Amino acid sequence: MTTTEITPQQQEEADQRHPRSLLLRMDRMPHIWCSRCGIGIALGCFAAALEKTGLSADDITVTSGIGCTGRVAGYVKVDSFHTTHGRAIPFAVGLTLARPDLRHVVFSGDGDLISIGGNHFIHAARRNQNLLVICVNNFTYAMTGGQLAPTTPITARATTAPYGSFERPFNLPYLAASAGACYVARWTALHIRRVTDSMTEALQKDGFRFIEILAPCSTIYARRNKLGTGLDLMKYYYESAIIDHKASMRDLDIGFQSRIVVGKFVDEDRPSYGQSMNDHLGKVLGSKFVNPVTGLDGIPKDGGEK
Amino acid sequence: MKADSIGVLTGTHYLDGDLAAAEGACTAGCRFFAGYPITPSTEVAERVALRFPLVGGQFIQMEDELASIAAVLGASWGGLKAMTVTSGPGFSLMMENIGLGVMMEVPCVVIDVQRGGPSTGLPTLPSQSDMMQARWGSHGDYEIIALSPNSPQECFDLTIEAFNLSEQWRVPVMLMMDECVGHMTEKVIIPPADEIEIVERRYTKVNPENYLPYAPCDDLVPEIAPLGKGYRFHTTGLTHDFRGYPVMSADVQEECVHRLVNKIRMNVDKIAHVETTDLDDAEVVIVGYGISSRVAIPAIERAKREGIKIGVIRLVTVWPFPEQLIRDLASNVKAFVMPEINYGQVVYEVERCAGGKAETRLVAHGGGWVHDPEVIYQAIREVAK
Amino acid sequence: MPDPHYWRKPFDSDTVQSPKGTVIIIRDRCKGCGFCVEFCPRGVLVLSSEFNKKGYHPPEVANPDRCVNCDLCERICPEFAIYCLNQEEIIELAP
Repeated sequence: MTTTEITPQQQEEADQRHPRSLLLRMDRMPHIWCSRCGIGIALGCFAAALEKTGLSADDITVTSGIGCTGRVAGYVKVDSFHTTHGRAIPFAVGLTLARPDLRHVVFSGDGDLISIGGNHFIHAARRNQNLLVICVNNFTYAMTGGQLAPTTPITARATTAPYGSFERPFNLPYLAASAGACYVARWTALHIRRVTDSMTEALQKDGFRFIEILAPCSTIYARRNKLGTGLDLMKYYYESAIIDHKASMRDLDIGFQSRIVVGKFVDEDRPSYGQSMNDHLGKVLGSKFVNPVTGLDGIPKDGGEK
Repeated sequence: MKADSIGVLTGTHYLDGDLAAAEGACTAGCRFFAGYPITPSTEVAERVALRFPLVGGQFIQMEDELASIAAVLGASWGGLKAMTVTSGPGFSLMMENIGLGVMMEVPCVVIDVQRGGPSTGLPTLPSQSDMMQARWGSHGDYEIIALSPNSPQECFDLTIEAFNLSEQWRVPVMLMMDECVGHMTEKVIIPPADEIEIVERRYTKVNPENYLPYAPCDDLVPEIAPLGKGYRFHTTGLTHDFRGYPVMSADVQEECVHRLVNKIRMNVDKIAHVETTDLDDAEVVIVGYGISSRVAIPAIERAKREGIKIGVIRLVTVWPFPEQLIRDLASNVKAFVMPEINYGQVVYEVERCAGGKAETRLVAHGGGWVHDPEVIYQAIREVAK
Repeated sequence: MPDPHYWRKPFDSDTVQSPKGTVIIIRDRCKGCGFCVEFCPRGVLVLSSEFNKKGYHPPEVANPDRCVNCDLCERICPEFAIYCLNQEEIIELAP
């Protein structure tokens, strides 16, 4: 049985109709990421996950920081914020407390979220702030040319570690879980369906949710470490990734080109910061407690000045 | 429009400046506060923590000042009036995101209760040494608004004015208190809610298909869009065009950043709040702000009794600086005398605008205490000769 | 014809209809990464020897009959340059 051939006219129309184009700023395509970069895959999975949840794109915000992954905010067609280096999470904390009716996502890179943003990351996790944090981990600071990141595996080269890194990198799922995240998953860019499923279920939960996505950085991490291209890194994920949801989180460290343990490691339900705050204050203050005003209350019905 | 009475503690109170500022925030409709403890500003945060749950606000102590200012920007985008409070060291930490607030045009209020500096300095003693930092602390070309109260009553009043200015001009507004005013306890009168004017941000009436987030109106301020209503706008700290999309070019820098600067510079007349006395035939003009403007009063009165013609300019708004006022006066006066609790900051603005036509005399005082009025009086005597 | 990949043939394999898909390649958006070619589970795609406007080799459909509309290429493409349509969706395109 043959598949249908399409006419050039149909091709032209089909070119405009990529299934993700409703959720992406197609007026800004092509995006800036290199050939064989994995960030576009994470973005595509996010758009697909949004569709699967059935949530309206009007009810989502995306905040990102600085770096290659930080550019994601500029390509998603939702209310989006491209903030300063490391401060996407506290910015989003302000957003989520002001507009608890919307779903707030932080989408940024390993250096931005965990190095300069590390303090904000652990405190937001500790407080179970109502945020979905998607961390694309390419083991480097790619945008600025490939410096050492807190996730760079030992012996891998970076421009600020020209003789190879000797520093122990973070084990991100372990860090997130121990800080208090209620949903922790790690996948690679190859695990497109698992990534999409994780994002889909995480978008519908409350509390601090963390998804780490290992993604190939072709131009810098792969090339400078003589690992070939992003395609070779994807093949490495294929060969080395093991799915083990029950793995001990202490054993999730990643060595240079070592096996990678992926999976969904934590999936709990705990009240988020906002809920805990209102419950506690309501209990202590009784009738004197006034439920917090949200930004929704200040929006004039017909625009203009209230 | 009028203040929401739920946040207004109408009546006569005996409060210090810090507490009065917190009440000013509740009155102005501020319903989000993110801060970090730092002497001598902590009392503001503590009062807010106590009051906000009773008026529908949210208080959060963040992990540091960097997080505090970031959360304030996020909450303001989320539609709440938002504020943070700090002192010198925290103010330094906040600078990068203050720049983000300017670039994204986010209404918010940052209170700096100044203490001796630099570095850890004199945590419990006053100074006025962050004034230039308020103006230039972040990198790049930008303008902000900064107010300087000289009493607890003004800490209350000017916090409300700060919110109103920030909502109108979509810019971070600094309230430059100092430890003396912050920890001084005086009578503070809080009027009834319906006597207090509140300004709200201008939400757009344009529909989402045609809305451009950074297309300015005639006053150079763009209309803001509410979240979650289909606008799906993008905003960034990168230099951006009317759509909010980053564009790396000199033309767009001119269009974007020059407008941000002009938004304040070209509207100085509408923004600057200056109190002037006896300028018409003045020989010597005292230019003061904050607590120093009060400390100068005995010196001024003594000099007047001796027949020196003294005019007074009190800068309630320090930034944008009222350049034209100084320029116009410079040809007609002998000297400007400026007491500041620092080794020379705002006085350089006076000197610049005087253009050499009048002498500019700084009465400096290192942080730690207020001037002795005698020293100010001596300076007046010397320049009046 | 029995699929040589299976060494056991299910009894009802002749009655089962696999989905059929048509691959749409947005040639000039492609940056030639090769992910779709490498990871298509059905071997539908190969890298074209032609160049697109950007100077990359986009994929081309070598075995159209093997496409089962699994959407893997659609998801794994970082450039949003490839996707599949099923038979009904093709008909919905302009005639």
